[in-house]
Amino acid sequence: MIINHPILGPRDSQEFVYLGSAELMNRPDGMTTGVEAFHNWLYNRDNPAGEHRELWYHEQGDRSWLVVTRNTVTHEIRSVELARDVAKAMGRTK
Amino acid sequence: MSQENRISGGQIDRSKTWRFTFDGVSYQGHPGDTLASALLANGVRLMGRSFKYHRPRGPLSAGSEEPNALVQLRSGARQEPNTRATVAELFDGLEATSQNAWPSLKFDAMAINDRLNTFFTAGFYYKTFMWPASFWEKVYEPIIRRAAGLGALTRQEDPDDYDKGFLHCDLLVIGAGPAGLSAALTAGRAGARVILADEDFRMGGRLNAETLEVGGQPGADWALGAVAELSAMPNVRLMTRTTVIGAFDHGIYGAVERVSDHLAVPAKGKPRQTLWRIYSRRAILAGGATERPIAFENNDRPGVMLAGALRAYANRWGVAVGDRVAVFTNNDDGLRSAMDLKARGVDVVAVIDARKDGDLLPGVRHLKGAEVVDTAGRLGLKSVTIRQADGRTETVAATALGVSGGWNPNVNISSHHRSRPVWDEGIQGFVPGEDGPPGLTAAGAAAGVLSTHGALAGGQAQAVAALADLGIAAKAGDLPRAEDAPVSIVPKWYVSGGKGRAWIDPQNDVTLKDVKLAQKENFSSVEHLKRYTTLGMATDQGKTGNVLGLAVMAGLTGKTIPETGTTIYRPPYTPVAMGTLAGRSRGKEFKPFRLTPSHKWAEEQGAVFVEVGMWLRAQWLPRPGETHWRQSVDREVLATRKSVGICDVTTLGKIDIQGTDAAAFLDKVYANNFASLAVGKCRYGLMLREDGIVYDDGTTARMGENEYVMTTTTANAVLVFRNLEYARQVLWPEMDVQLISTTEAWAQFSVAGPNARKLLQKVVDQDISDAAFPYMGAGNITVGGVRARLFRISFSGELAYEIAVPTRYGDALVRRLMEAGQEFDAIVYGTEALGVMRVEKGHVAGNELNGQSTALNMGLGKMVSKKKDSIGMVLSQREGMVDPNGYRLVGVKPVDPKGQLTAGSHFLEHGAAPVIENDGGWLTSKVYSPHLGCDIALGYLKAGDQKIGKRMRAVNLLAKTETEVEIVSPHFFDSEGERLRG
Repeated sequence: MIINHPILGPRDSQEFVYLGSAELMNRPDGMTTGVEAFHNWLYNRDNPAGEHRELWYHEQGDRSWLVVTRNTVTHEIRSVELARDVAKAMGRTK
Repeated sequence: MSQENRISGGQIDRSKTWRFTFDGVSYQGHPGDTLASALLANGVRLMGRSFKYHRPRGPLSAGSEEPNALVQLRSGARQEPNTRATVAELFDGLEATSQNAWPSLKFDAMAINDRLNTFFTAGFYYKTFMWPASFWEKVYEPIIRRAAGLGALTRQEDPDDYDKGFLHCDLLVIGAGPAGLSAALTAGRAGARVILADEDFRMGGRLNAETLEVGGQPGADWALGAVAELSAMPNVRLMTRTTVIGAFDHGIYGAVERVSDHLAVPAKGKPRQTLWRIYSRRAILAGGATERPIAFENNDRPGVMLAGALRAYANRWGVAVGDRVAVFTNNDDGLRSAMDLKARGVDVVAVIDARKDGDLLPGVRHLKGAEVVDTAGRLGLKSVTIRQADGRTETVAATALGVSGGWNPNVNISSHHRSRPVWDEGIQGFVPGEDGPPGLTAAGAAAGVLSTHGALAGGQAQAVAALADLGIAAKAGDLPRAEDAPVSIVPKWYVSGGKGRAWIDPQNDVTLKDVKLAQKENFSSVEHLKRYTTLGMATDQGKTGNVLGLAVMAGLTGKTIPETGTTIYRPPYTPVAMGTLAGRSRGKEFKPFRLTPSHKWAEEQGAVFVEVGMWLRAQWLPRPGETHWRQSVDREVLATRKSVGICDVTTLGKIDIQGTDAAAFLDKVYANNFASLAVGKCRYGLMLREDGIVYDDGTTARMGENEYVMTTTTANAVLVFRNLEYARQVLWPEMDVQLISTTEAWAQFSVAGPNARKLLQKVVDQDISDAAFPYMGAGNITVGGVRARLFRISFSGELAYEIAVPTRYGDALVRRLMEAGQEFDAIVYGTEALGVMRVEKGHVAGNELNGQSTALNMGLGKMVSKKKDSIGMVLSQREGMVDPNGYRLVGVKPVDPKGQLTAGSHFLEHGAAPVIENDGGWLTSKVYSPHLGCDIALGYLKAGDQKIGKRMRAVNLLAKTETEVEIVSPHFFDSEGERLRG
């Protein structure tokens, strides 16, 4: 696969490490969230046949974490964003 | 007689004669020959034995689809099994041997299987070897493994190199027949970057095997001209001997180039094969078509071939496979084979045409509405039995029979993304479906267009369209004139009414009967049919047999062929050697060692090294007279604790962390508190995973207000860095914090022991007295003017420092320390002594940080701060993880000081049976402590903190050991920590 890195352009997927669903970005605040909700966030995620937003890390490159929107059936990649930008847009701060 | 079947013509170089051997017999051939064409020229039809029945076999084809003629090439370490003789290029001195036959190809003892064929029907594994279950591994499998199988491996290391390479292009053209050449010419003339790849050693595809004209000249000559024009274009890369093996995602294609397979030994510095990864913006599949056989009784004898292959051997290689040839066909292309052979002077004894209608061929015996019902000749075809339209049968003497059941477009590559090919009634074959790999189109025979004109036109049109997509204007120029015959074919899959066996998949010995049996036993879907009968599962992946098999199944189930469908096509298109996939990544090059800065020095001392993650570290450093590793390790431990020892700890991960939020960041990633750490001090940090399990540990030093240096374990250096980047970019993106890995930048040594300070003070430029550099202090210093970092931390439990200098000074530093340490009898210790001292101090390491243990298990539960949110804090509080009776880290000593401990032993109460219900935990790390004079160990014991002083048994059923032990505190040595504060 080729991942079109927002900064570096098209790069072979061999340069990346895959993590999993971008849902993982919604980490609850540990001081205000109970074990049950935390458990749900960590373990219960969808595994869709189709469009999937997922986290990739450009380990053999610039160390950017990316949010890749990929169709898991066709491997078509619709968008690639810097995870930091996505996280900020989600309202994640410090 | 030499080359008795060689006739005139063909694209071989008769000015040179090469010698080669097959099963030890010497033959002659010419440049341009394949092993199969050369053997056939010498009258050798028998080249192999089938997989299951050990039936005598000769080549079916003249190309890469070959199921039968599998041989071993070369000898010694270069011996290569399962090579298709039909594509193995001849070279002078080639050695080939037959396989799957014993004692000889002509008399094969295992041919008894052929007599027992009623036992070996479809699904015979499932039916015959079901019970008793215990017999499977001990009795059935060894028997089957001995009987089955093809070639043998040499068990010697392959002496050749295999490379990997990367290529980029606008247009990849797969196949260099008329369609591919036409596409490449069109795109090349337009200035596009083109790669034209063909599996053959000569470009031209079927044009080389035909007498057809293109543009008023022989097709093969036109192809030569086209290749010459393409060769002159700097924007075109021509790749012969290169098989495109698969379509992967986003325009990436895999290709194997057989760089040196046509040579006895690769030229110096050249690889045997290269695996290419081709990045293409567009691709055209011009891979041609493969002829398929018709199933009839005993259709597998040497001499029974695809009709187009007989024609190819005659036209391209100047070989008449037999002196008397018959042709069995259901289509016009079979007639072309008959007429080409006749034109070359071969005696065509009969053309058996399944079609009732149409013109008769001039000058040959052309039997309409006829079929072949049987053949004879054990080791080679002798006669063919024909049933004519009126039902009369007759037997005709023939030494070769060409069979044509029609042509299957080579849709494989277009179906690698699960696209299902579509049935084309007009050619009675599957053509590429709509939803193939994006950017790939098919042209020519691969697209189901079987005429030469259609191929030239299709190649040009697809190239123009593909380039238009890319914004490159290509001209559709005048096409050279070529035949444009329509396809005339009637469906004819098998000849019915026979009692014997009719082969569909000859390599795996799948017959018409097997398909019928599968259908009867309700394995009628194509995927079931494949697995129940092994149809298409051999090395040829059913290139000739699959469509035939599913057409038979369609007939049996009353469904149409498109309703029946095909199995899924997967890469690779043809077999790929494991060495090619591995490339240079083999042996030590698979995982190269990283060497520590003191490696050279340690080597000079005769150190014994051990692999630790990606590193090679000194395990112990024997002194003269030491004959057992324990002598060296005990000495290193005692010397360190008595005076001073030095250890290279460069392999630990080092990460520089800077920014105004660095302290807050560390509080997030470490379970314990870091914000309170003073500048110039270090602290032990415990890192959890989000699930609450301990992930990693290490010390982190605050070098400045906003500047920290973190250390990680050797094994997790890369992973921790990845997780920190994740925390920084994804979880807390507004934090002002920057990271850089400096593991390779600093050479770091531990200097430990009562004389550590005295030694270091001789080496460093600053005052490091206890007042100036207290316990857990950290700071930037210099060593002879060279910048350095000093940390007063201890893993050994001694007064100890870790000193870091830029990596290039590491070798000098170890030498300087040893020189300055002479007066203290300083020694360097290895990882074994390191391990002994950490167990003596009760520090956890890899065996305890096992990915299943919590801080509480390790006795570090209080370190997890609940006053702040950190990774893993919440879930470390889960019910099962805070069990007061859960595992706790304990120390273990044998009750009898001479008693031996075994790592992995399980704790049992006295009198308890060694069963899982009684299991109390296990012993994780064991060492011999020279101070205590006995074995000591760490372990995880249920409610271990409540069992200090208790006596138990440590039982190891694998090692067959049992020792009575006392559960003690894990801190065996200086439990008050007085020494490290000294």
